[in-house]
Parts: sequence; C-alpha cells; structure tokens
Amino acid sequence: MAIPIAYNLRNLAVRKTTTIMTALGIALTVAVLLAVLALVAGLRNAFASTGNPLQVLIMRKGSNSELASNFTRQQYQDLKFKPGIALDSKQEPMVSLELVTVVNLPSVDNPDGVNITLRGLTERGIAMRDDLKITAGRWFRAGHREAVIGKSVAKRNPDAQLGKQLKFGRGMWEIVGVMDAGDSAVNSEIWADLNQAAADYDRPEVLSSALVRAKDPVAVNALINDLQADQKLNMMALTEKDYYDAQTSSALPIQFLGTFVACIMAIGSSFAAMNTMYAAVAKRSKEIGTLRVLGFSKAGILFSFFLESLLLSLIGGLIGCLLVLPLASVTTSIGSFTSFSDIAFNFRVTPLILLTGLLFSLFMGAFGGLFPARMAAKKEILVALREES
Amino acid sequence: MLRYLPLILKNGLRNRRRSILTISSIAASMCLLGFLLAMYHAFFLGQATAESSLRLVTRNRISLATVMPISYRDKIKTLPGIKEVMVYQWFGGIYKEPKYMFARFAVEPDRFFAVYPEFKLQEEQKQAFLRERTACLVGRKLADRFGFKLGDRITLVGDIFPVNLDFYVRGIYDADQNNENMYFNLQYLFDSLGPGRKDFAGTFATIVNSPEDVNRVSQAIDDMFHNATVQTRTETEQNFVLSFLSFLGNIKMILLSICAAVTFTIILVCANTMAMSVRERVKEIGVLKTLGFTNGAILTIILGEAAFISLLGGFVGWIIANGLAYGARQAPAFIQQLKTLTIQPSVTVALLVLSVVIGVGSSFLPAYRASKTSILDALRYTG
Repeated sequence: MAIPIAYNLRNLAVRKTTTIMTALGIALTVAVLLAVLALVAGLRNAFASTGNPLQVLIMRKGSNSELASNFTRQQYQDLKFKPGIALDSKQEPMVSLELVTVVNLPSVDNPDGVNITLRGLTERGIAMRDDLKITAGRWFRAGHREAVIGKSVAKRNPDAQLGKQLKFGRGMWEIVGVMDAGDSAVNSEIWADLNQAAADYDRPEVLSSALVRAKDPVAVNALINDLQADQKLNMMALTEKDYYDAQTSSALPIQFLGTFVACIMAIGSSFAAMNTMYAAVAKRSKEIGTLRVLGFSKAGILFSFFLESLLLSLIGGLIGCLLVLPLASVTTSIGSFTSFSDIAFNFRVTPLILLTGLLFSLFMGAFGGLFPARMAAKKEILVALREES
Repeated sequence: MLRYLPLILKNGLRNRRRSILTISSIAASMCLLGFLLAMYHAFFLGQATAESSLRLVTRNRISLATVMPISYRDKIKTLPGIKEVMVYQWFGGIYKEPKYMFARFAVEPDRFFAVYPEFKLQEEQKQAFLRERTACLVGRKLADRFGFKLGDRITLVGDIFPVNLDFYVRGIYDADQNNENMYFNLQYLFDSLGPGRKDFAGTFATIVNSPEDVNRVSQAIDDMFHNATVQTRTETEQNFVLSFLSFLGNIKMILLSICAAVTFTIILVCANTMAMSVRERVKEIGVLKTLGFTNGAILTIILGEAAFISLLGGFVGWIIANGLAYGARQAPAFIQQLKTLTIQPSVTVALLVLSVVIGVGSSFLPAYRASKTSILDALRYTG
C-alpha cells in the first residue's frame, strides 16, 4: 500500500514557512521563464495574425525586406496580368503596389524615438487586407497629405494622435483615422496615399513592393513559381504569411537571454528545494522508522518523499503561473530587423505556456527531491527510530 | 565579533551538505545577478573609449533608413571644433549566406583614418586602401573568424542596394572595439549604383577636437539644418549604438525586473536556510546561554554564520559571473558594448555587499527570536 498523499500535504502545511519560501523561490524562477515565453508567443501571434495565405508578396531579388526592395510602375504593369491572380468585384486584378519606408516617432517606452513603418498604398491595397476596419475617423483621401494610424501606434506614440499632424516627407500630414487589424502587425503601421507618399519621398516611379492575391490555394504556388522564374520581372516572391513568420526571429535575443536566466535560476531553486527536502527527511527520521515498522516498503518511502518534493514545486509552479497572468494585459514592443521598425504586441499567456511552467517546476522538484528521498528510503529502521531530530 | 569567528566557521561547517547546497544556490543566483548587472553597466553606465567619446553620428531626423544629401558633409565641416567629417553608409548585404552577418560600411578612405585614429594598420595597407577603388579593410577579429587574408576576394550581394560588389582585402586593422567590421570605398558603391542614385549619405561620422566640443557641436549640427528640407539628428557614437538596443525591446525594464526576481530568490533561499539551521539548534543555544553567552553574542554568532555562507555564495557566484562575461565577449558582436562586458569593480563590490546584507537581513528574524528564547524554553525545545 502506498503512503497516502494526505501525509505529504499535511507535512507541507505543518512546515508552512519553509514550504512557502521554497515554493516562492521556484515560483519566481517559473515566472521569469513564463514571462519570456509569453513575450515570444505575443510576438509570434502578432506576426502569425498578419498576412493572408492566399496573398503573395513580391520584392526585388536580393532584398529581404519591403524596406530595401524596389518595384517600378512598369514592373507593376507587367505583373498585373499574370495568370492565377484573383479578380475583385469590378473584374480588376487584385494587385497592390506599395511604398514602404519608416518614420521615427517618440514612444512611451522610448522618448528618443522608435521607427514606425509608413506604408503608401491605394484603395485596392486596403481592400486586400481582411479584418481591417477604421475605429475612429475615416480613411485618407487620394492626393492629400492624410494618414491613418494603427491602433498600437495611437496607443504607444503620443505624437501620433487622431486630428494631430505629423511631419515627414515634404510636409505636414494630418492623421484622419485609426485602424484596427485585430492582432496583426498592421496595428503598428502608418498608412497613407501611395501617390502622395511617393511624391513626397521622391520616388514617383520606383516604389517598394507588390502584394498579389491568388485565385485559390492551388494557384498560390504556381503564381510564386511563375513570378520567380520571370527573368524580365527579376523579382522574388513569397507568401505574405512566410514573410511575416520569418520576422518572429526578432525575439530570439530576448528568448535566449530569458531561457538562459531561467535555467540558471532553476539550478539555484533546485538546490534550495533539495535543502528543504533534506531538512524534512532529517527531521522526520523517527516518522520514517515508524512507517517502516508499520510495514511500508522502502520504495513506498522513496516515492512518498519524492512526491512531497513534487508537490512542493508544484505549489511554486502554480504561484509562478499566477504571477505571470497579469502580463496578458501588458503591451510591449520589439524592433523587427526585417522591417526596421517597431512592432507592438500583447504578452500572450496561453494554456500551453502555463503547462510548460508547471512542468518546469516539477522538473526542479524532481531534481531537488530525488536524493533526499533516496536517503530517506535507505535509512535503517532501528537507526531511524533512535535518531534525535 | 572576531572572537566568535572560530565558532561561526565551525557552525557553518557542521551540516556540510546544507552549507554546500545553500552556497551553490546563492552562487547560481549571484552569478546571474553579477552578469546582468554587468550587462546593465555596459549598456547604460559604460564609459565610451577616448576616441569613441569624441565621435558624433548624424542621421536623418525622420529615420536611419532615409538618406541625407551628401552636400551636408562640407557644411558640417565648416563648424568650429570639428576635426573631420565623413560619410558613413551602412551597406548591409549578404556574404555567402545571411547567417554570416557582420557590419559592412561604405566610407571615404581619405577621411577615414582621421575619424578612426585608433585603427592600427601598416602604412602600405593604408595606402592601398586609399589608392584602390575595390579595396576593403577588415578588422582582425573578423579576419580570424572567416580566415580572410590580404588579397582575398570578398563578394557581397546587396540587399538595400541592388548591386553585387567584389572587394579585395587590402588591409587588416587592429582595434579594441569595432574590430569585426568591414570598410570599403563609398565611391565604388556610387559608381556601381549608376546615375539617379548617388551622392547621398546614410549617416555622417564626425570627430571633434576635444571632449568639451561634443555637446556644442552636436547641437550646432542639428541647428544648422533646422530649417532645411532634410533635418538631422546628431548624437554621440555611444548613444547611436545604444539606440539599436531598443530593437530588442525594453531591455532596461527586462534587466531590472529579472535582477529584482533574482535578488528576491536569494533572500528566500538565505532566510529559509538560516531558519532551518536555527530551529535545529535551539537546544544548543540554551546550552550556550547557560555557559554565559549573552543574547547579543548569540545574535552575532548566528548572523555571522549567515553572512559567512552568503558571502561565500556571492564569491563563488562572482567567479562564475566572470566566466560568463568571458563567454559573452567571445560571442559574435551584436552590440559593441557586449564586447567589453566585464564584471566591473563596482559590480563586484555591489555583489559582495549585497550578499552580506542579504545574509544578515534575511536571517535576522530567526536569529533574533533564537537569542531571545529563555534558557529553560530552549533546553526543553524538542523541534
């Protein structure tokens, strides 16, 4: 028969100060790991929510970002009538020619300014973004210095507010609207009329990139192959999804730092748990002897103490999870080296992340509990009974 | 206090396993704390090298990705206090594969050595760089990493600029910092780009005569173009490099919150150990008291033991932190400051003082309680 779990729970409750302190140490370790994971998950979610799998982004060969890419109006004309491109309700091909550059604006975290993507596009470009809506104001008019800002820009950049003016290009641009694109990276962009922006940036003929919608999922690959092979166009094409997915790597340095910190903290916390468990074993020597006399096996003792260590660390893991839950409402930002601009996103505490935290804490408990439990199991009955606590 | 030292040491060693585990646990946290503090120090408190502190970087006010007219260079040069101004253009590009990342800059060779006086290379290599259009200079560290030798050809595929360029290594320079960069002739880039896209400047690197000129000159440059179509923003080289840190997110905040979490963990570990250790020897304290030890003496002994253990942990952590810093210095440079990451004396002091403070502070409550226990209660205690 196994030693009832209530025995372990009561023991943890009796030594509550020690239990709480050890568990808190584990909790903080778990919290650090989870905070980093939640950050990465948030960023990944922002990029994963951006782009339509049916859409293909076309950039100059050799450039790996829209910012560095060039796309001429002539190339746009050649592109428009490729087979496999979806048509809109007016039977026009769904191709959007876009200009991408960055403007520097102070943000709440960084008063010295962060880069924000400025995208020039036309009505068709707007129509090609699903789930995009204006939450305040209106869309910009063609031929005017008017801009629409993403909701994250409005939240994080005090200079960019509805009704205010921003200076970039050759003059003052009035902010006429705020757009909401769900979790997408579009929330961190500023949009304006393609032709006006192109004129302001002295790039009337050479723009940045083109976005194309394929007729159906099958046509996507055919379209990409067709575009890649077109010597005259000399462009590279990839799905909009792939382009944004690749930018998740922006979080790698922080992910690395956070994981590294959490692992070292885990070593420290495991030692602390081991200490606590050794003390528990030493103090309950008589009890162990008594249990053995009552007929519980060595394996039963081993298992019981091991379980107690796991329970201890699980309490820590649960506290750690609770500590990171409030993060879910925190917005932060990271710079993408591809778009060379700031992407704002929410931390995301997913069930999977919480589960990872609990497993991580159990791992610490297992490491910290194994040796003390073995020591407890190895005690000779007579010696154990005679031992002074 | 010193009188009790042997007793403190003996007590510290009586439960060796516990002491070792506690010391290891504190050491793990302390090494992290030391490493993170060193990082914070390098990023936000670090002093620029003598040459670097004299250099200013000017960029387009709108953003780094927007260029400025090259004519600004001569206008800036007219300001008093300036030794030299040079166009400094980030090239980017791909060498073989995107993962072989290092910084590549197009510069003006005839001004380059005035702006970067700390770069050491042989005179004939210098001359070759000035003379040959396709020459390039590479840092010693970069040369070691890729095995570049004089005369080697390096091909870069442009990403920002739609050109592929071939270079010949004509010089390998030595420098304490920035020794993983590649520099080549700006004119070569302009010639390759063809008409329509030339005579622009991504940034200007300016070196001033003396440290007193830094603030005045950087303000003067920005004032000069205040009413121009293209406005500028000038900052010290150090601040310019640090502005890339913000790409990684709110690093200051992240470092500080992790440091706080780690410190709190150390407090927990320390307090827990000392509480366990005191509880175990209440009876003994009763005996000590019967022998005539005062409450104060007992308090000193227990606090001393905690300080001793946590100081030892701090010391071991400090050693490991030095190892980590060494490792970080070997990693490919992302931010120049990481190249100089060392555990500064100030960080060392902070670490050791913190370990003593945490040791004493966290064990004060159990120690105080134990010292106040009356002899009879202590002797009767069966914890």
